[in-house]
Amino acid sequence: MPLDKTTVRKIAFLARIKVPEGELDHLAAELSQIIGWVEQLAEVDTGGIAPMTVVADMTWPRRNDAVTDGGYAGKVLANAPETEEGFYTVPKVVE
Amino acid sequence: MGALTDLDIARARDGLAGGEYSSETLTRAHIEAVEAARNLNAYITETPEIALARARESDARRAKGEALGAMDGIPIAVKDLFCTEGVPTTAGSHILDGFVPTYESTVTEKLKAAGAVMLGKTNLDEFAMGSACVTSHFGAAKNPRKGPDGKDLVPGGSSGGSASAVAARTCLGAIGTDTGGSIRQPASFCGIVGLKPTYGRCSRWGIVAFASSLDQAGPMTRTVRDAAIMLTAMAGHDPKDSTSAPVEAVDFEAALNRDIKGLRVGIPKEYRVEGMPEEIDELWENGASLLGDAGAETVEVSLAHTKYALPTYYIVAPAEASSNLARYDGVRYGLRVPGRSLDEMYENTRGRGFGKEVRRRVLIGTYVLSAGYYDAYYLKAQKVRRLIAEDFRKAFETVDVLLTPTAPSAAFPIGEKMDDPIAMYLNDVFTVPASLAGLPAISVPAGEDNFGLPLGLQFIGKPFDEETVLRVADVFQASSDFGSS
Repeated sequence: MPLDKTTVRKIAFLARIKVPEGELDHLAAELSQIIGWVEQLAEVDTGGIAPMTVVADMTWPRRNDAVTDGGYAGKVLANAPETEEGFYTVPKVVE
Repeated sequence: MGALTDLDIARARDGLAGGEYSSETLTRAHIEAVEAARNLNAYITETPEIALARARESDARRAKGEALGAMDGIPIAVKDLFCTEGVPTTAGSHILDGFVPTYESTVTEKLKAAGAVMLGKTNLDEFAMGSACVTSHFGAAKNPRKGPDGKDLVPGGSSGGSASAVAARTCLGAIGTDTGGSIRQPASFCGIVGLKPTYGRCSRWGIVAFASSLDQAGPMTRTVRDAAIMLTAMAGHDPKDSTSAPVEAVDFEAALNRDIKGLRVGIPKEYRVEGMPEEIDELWENGASLLGDAGAETVEVSLAHTKYALPTYYIVAPAEASSNLARYDGVRYGLRVPGRSLDEMYENTRGRGFGKEVRRRVLIGTYVLSAGYYDAYYLKAQKVRRLIAEDFRKAFETVDVLLTPTAPSAAFPIGEKMDDPIAMYLNDVFTVPASLAGLPAISVPAGEDNFGLPLGLQFIGKPFDEETVLRVADVFQASSDFGSS
């Protein structure tokens, strides 16, 4: 199904990516081409087939439900664009 | 003795062990080669100080009789998708501006622990999304080979910087990652060996994630033996990656016994795609007969759902990417572009930080996972993925390994296929199926096209049977005499 400009604007917001208004038409055409191409999967009969959610056919070990790491807030925050008193900062969210 | 940069890992190991040269001498030769080949843009960050420090440590260990093994003192390059402590890690993206990891990926940690010397971080398509190494924020990497008219050629992608670095002899080996062909296709384009191990063989911990059910790290080298040596150092169970397989450590080099008598090699008929150049068809047939001469038996097999692998991949991989890349929010690391609200800050940061191909894929992924479309696209793709994996499982009931072309063409000029995403995606038509099924696969230099550009063939193996894949590839490389240094 071709994607129109409104749909692209909507998914761009869902993905939190700002797309300049002037690029929407071109992007809609490009994405429609890709979606149209993947839609050939509709011709495959998948009746009774379970979706593949695990790649390797094995059981992986489980770890204990315990805290095994942490205690270095400074390292965690080291790459943040803005921090204040050991916290990340974001624009004001409550008026 | 020729130039130290013309060695391969196996020979350099012997030279180091025999005291013919020090790791420092070997490393200096490669640092000079890296500097002399800067026009290729194969490296994003060069780390000569780290390289020399590790080389000296290696020499000191060796002097005390405490050398660590085959990789000790060997200069290598690292795709800039592996987090390296204290060394910038970009993933080829603007959005990771200024990011310097405070930790080391498991695979690079293992190589470091084995004594390997890191020369630098190599160029790649942004977030490993691409087949030509042209979507990097740091500019396109070049193939050391030129086109027939002198044009610059792509090295393939996404691990194009690593492939170019190995082919140009600026390092003895490199590591890459492969999600749908990102090790194997550039290996084919640059005339080197590239191995994607079984999903779960190498830890994904500390690798910038693209599509988590497909991503795998692997070696890129000039010989199959070198790939076996590097994989031995890279592989192994890691409790920090919950999909890392709890399997025994293997010495992969020991599997190279030059004997493939009686080995059953499957030729999947569906890989003979429409419009494939005749020279690739010929290469494939020659490859099969060469294996026949070495005592293997070739058998035609059917992988009925092959043509659906690429569209399946272009639903599954973008879906996983849209989820994985949600972490780039301008809050915790990398680029931050201010906005009046939290949402606007996210949108501005991601709008500015992601390149066009990454944006396309995140939007496709968001669309196929969105309410009302999930069943029709994502769930459908997961079902077809199972059919593709089943095809392989059945084929491996009768054969030991599969032989296919690696890519449908040789390297093409930089700038081509840029306006046509689907034409670019078709580069991976032969590599994506094994990725979807999680199987080990290797690309080996097999010949040249009409202009003398390298072409590779691919061997695909059973899960966790890298030994057979490496054994047959080694026999093939020895008898085809292509691309060995």
